[in-house]
Amino acid sequence: MLLHDYLGDTVRRYPGNVALVAGQERVTYRDLDSRAHRLAAGLYSRGVRRGDRVAIYLDNGVAAVVAWYAALRVGAVFMLINPLTKRDKLAFVLNDARASVLITRQILLSEAIDAVRSAASVRFVIIAGEHARREPDERYISWAAAESDATIGDPGTIDLDLASIIYTSGSTGEPKGVMLTHLNMTTAATSVSTYLDLRTDDKIFCALQLSFDYGLYQVLLAVRLGATVVIEKSFAFPVTALEVMARERVTVLPGVPTMFALLTEVSSLSRFDLSPLRLITNTAAALSERQIRELRALFPQATLFSMYGLTECKRVTYLPPEQLDMRPTSVGRGMPNTEVWLVNDAGERLPNGQTGELVVRGSHVMRGYWEKPEATAERLRPGPYPGEVVLHSGDIFRTDAEGYLYFVARKDDIIKTRGEKVSPREVENTIHALDGVSEVAVTGVPDPILGQAIKAFIVLREGYQYAERDVIRYCLAHLENFMAPKVVEFVTRLPMTNTGKINKKALEGVVSGAGPRTI
Amino acid sequence: MSEIKRQIRAYVLDNFLMGGDRERLRDSDSFLEHRILDSTGFIELVTYLEQTFGVRIEDHELVQENLDSIDNIEAYLLRKLPASL
Repeated sequence: MLLHDYLGDTVRRYPGNVALVAGQERVTYRDLDSRAHRLAAGLYSRGVRRGDRVAIYLDNGVAAVVAWYAALRVGAVFMLINPLTKRDKLAFVLNDARASVLITRQILLSEAIDAVRSAASVRFVIIAGEHARREPDERYISWAAAESDATIGDPGTIDLDLASIIYTSGSTGEPKGVMLTHLNMTTAATSVSTYLDLRTDDKIFCALQLSFDYGLYQVLLAVRLGATVVIEKSFAFPVTALEVMARERVTVLPGVPTMFALLTEVSSLSRFDLSPLRLITNTAAALSERQIRELRALFPQATLFSMYGLTECKRVTYLPPEQLDMRPTSVGRGMPNTEVWLVNDAGERLPNGQTGELVVRGSHVMRGYWEKPEATAERLRPGPYPGEVVLHSGDIFRTDAEGYLYFVARKDDIIKTRGEKVSPREVENTIHALDGVSEVAVTGVPDPILGQAIKAFIVLREGYQYAERDVIRYCLAHLENFMAPKVVEFVTRLPMTNTGKINKKALEGVVSGAGPRTI
Repeated sequence: MSEIKRQIRAYVLDNFLMGGDRERLRDSDSFLEHRILDSTGFIELVTYLEQTFGVRIEDHELVQENLDSIDNIEAYLLRKLPASL
């Protein structure tokens, strides 16, 4: 089974079902399939072949979905890049993956043109949507010009081939491409769909970025069944989101704690008829017990699933909803067709009731990080069976007597803000490039809406002066918006450990009230 | 340019934009489409508008038509504020 076989099967069974609702646009499975086919034929005619990487730098919408199915049809590997990504990182990703094609749209061109200039592997750029301005050179073509009515043959893809590469923040500050095969993705989609018990008549509301695997899978799951995804570009206007949810009579609401915090703050929530809503899912960060109570009080008709996963294998666990009252803060146990256990530092398997690193075994575990053998070897290590590797998640959990898992901490210093993973090193590297910055340390501090907010401590060279906002604005120009610090503190020096490293624990002490000038 | 527009433009430029992006910002540009503001940015914007213009922005008014460009904000504030402005 290949990932796009789901689309082929669904088109045969439910050609007239609505696949996607995006703003005013409603696209049936028949439409989605034929659009993907036309773009695939165009990609093929321009030389895109099995294994080539197709970068999709688009905001949430129909074009992104069409683009990834087109890439799969020619045997290519799709890479969804967050539209908040700025030129330097976009260039890094295009070069790292040696992408052959970039698919974007007019409004993102100011970033894309600069990035493509330094990405020699990109043979052409397809611009989705209407565009009137002159393109910089002949590498840039319109979507219409990129389509073809030709018939294309079977590229010969098998399920061990890569379907997608998803870039994720690494603790070194350099993004890593998570390589996912067709088998990885169909395995994950099947398991998730099974425990959620999704149905063909479901309408899934997706305001999560499609570049985030949680968002991407909303579409993959729907396509597998012939269900509908209502795609929103963002959750910046919760009242508008509620209007859309009520109008489209959505039945499934996937979210992250930040989204639910914004939603439950809407005082006019009860004005909206959300009675068809039957499933709420949460992952990326744990909901607090208070949030769980609020959500259940607001949506008594809906079943709430707490889940846990990581891009390297998509999803690991879910808490059966009937366990929610008994173990509200647990993320449950392994999902179907997945085996999980905890290990200590020596790699020994721990009995229930202990704390250790979560290890995952299953066909959904990634192939590795793209061209990063060392980083791969750190995560994928020999398992209990010969010839097999298992995923060391880097997340510390504890189990209760029945083996239900409770998140404790990460092994590295990755920050989780709004459900996004942020590498402090990546933010530090950016701030370091600001003229006059001598030292910088970035850490996560508790925030009621964001989960963790990003805080930067900066030591400036003599003669330099910046306001907090200057630094934030600089970061907004160079990083994805969610990576920009919320708070910046200028200090005279940073606390150091005995080994000469910045002592982040001591910085967290500062955050908890010791005052900025005492370090 | 109206005083309201001048103030909002200055706020957005001072807080969110750098370099060439500053000159490119048009009054009609959607902050969301151009990725100038995200959900947190809009929360900051609302706080700024409430403090600067002395208005209270209700939940149901937190929509793109009211907040998602310099033009939209001006039109919204002109509806909201007493006629003297």
